[in-house]
Amino acid sequence: MIIFQVLLIVVMIAAALYAVRSKDLMNAVIACALVSLMASIIFFFLHAPDVAMAEAAIGAGLTTAIFIFAIHRTVRHEEDEKAD
Amino acid sequence: MRKLISLVLLLVVAVGIGMSLSGGPFGAEGERDGPHFRRDQVNFGRYYVHEGVQETGAVNIVSSVVVGYRGLDTLGEVTVLFIAATGLGMVLHLRAAGRVEDGREPASLVLFTGCRFLFPLILLFGTYVFVHGHLTPGGGFQGGAVIASAFLLVYLGCRERRLNERALGVTESVSGVVFVVVGLIGLAFCGAFLLDFLPRGTAYLLFSAGIIPVLYLAIGFKVGSELGAIIDKLAERAK
Repeated sequence: MIIFQVLLIVVMIAAALYAVRSKDLMNAVIACALVSLMASIIFFFLHAPDVAMAEAAIGAGLTTAIFIFAIHRTVRHEEDEKAD
Repeated sequence: MRKLISLVLLLVVAVGIGMSLSGGPFGAEGERDGPHFRRDQVNFGRYYVHEGVQETGAVNIVSSVVVGYRGLDTLGEVTVLFIAATGLGMVLHLRAAGRVEDGREPASLVLFTGCRFLFPLILLFGTYVFVHGHLTPGGGFQGGAVIASAFLLVYLGCRERRLNERALGVTESVSGVVFVVVGLIGLAFCGAFLLDFLPRGTAYLLFSAGIIPVLYLAIGFKVGSELGAIIDKLAERAK
């Protein structure tokens, strides 16, 4: 069980680092959702199912959707520069 | 020079606050009985765990704290969410003048069927989560968020379906009013805002824990309709 939790935390940290380093906003948002999902599983193992439920629904679900709606309105500047 | 003076002033204020607060106990094990507090009032955590079930009737201690002992804080949280949703609606409404027509193709058959199959199940689960908030893990916020994610699924699967904004607004207002009215009834009949005036009932049964299920119903509907409205507005703008 400890190994599983360590694995979850490792994935979480890796996803968080990727979200910060990534150039593509969409990939970063998906990585953020992964962080929330891992956090919610860890909350569940820490006997906090209430928090786990809120984290899974809001952190992994709704926030991701809202970010994607917002990113949908933006333009990719990198591609423009490449085209120039 | 001005930076230095403000730094010194900030330091003085910080030290003053620290000095004045160092006398009072916070949460941790209280060693002494002062004139203004008793020992069991200082040990919040242990007190809630031991007395919470008898005092509020809610088996889920988290909800007995969130809605029972700290009901006013929850009202504040719901208000913050309400203001955020209202502000978002205002900003999006102001810029919604030049609307672009939806040029994308409809969702695939698999997504459409999955959405139609899962939507009632997710709604049912969300309702279960906030109706049973005082018995099992979960509560108004979690149930409302689950319901809002069901609305999100509807947006993904069937794009032409729109939520009824007016119904959402009415649901949200009514549930907010219910929360405050329940608190005011407590103030009128028992002498404190949000004080429990209903019978506790038998623990572990659905109809127990006094006003906690009523408040959780209100919070669940309020959070669900607010988050649903946010999703709806953003989805409309994302076209």
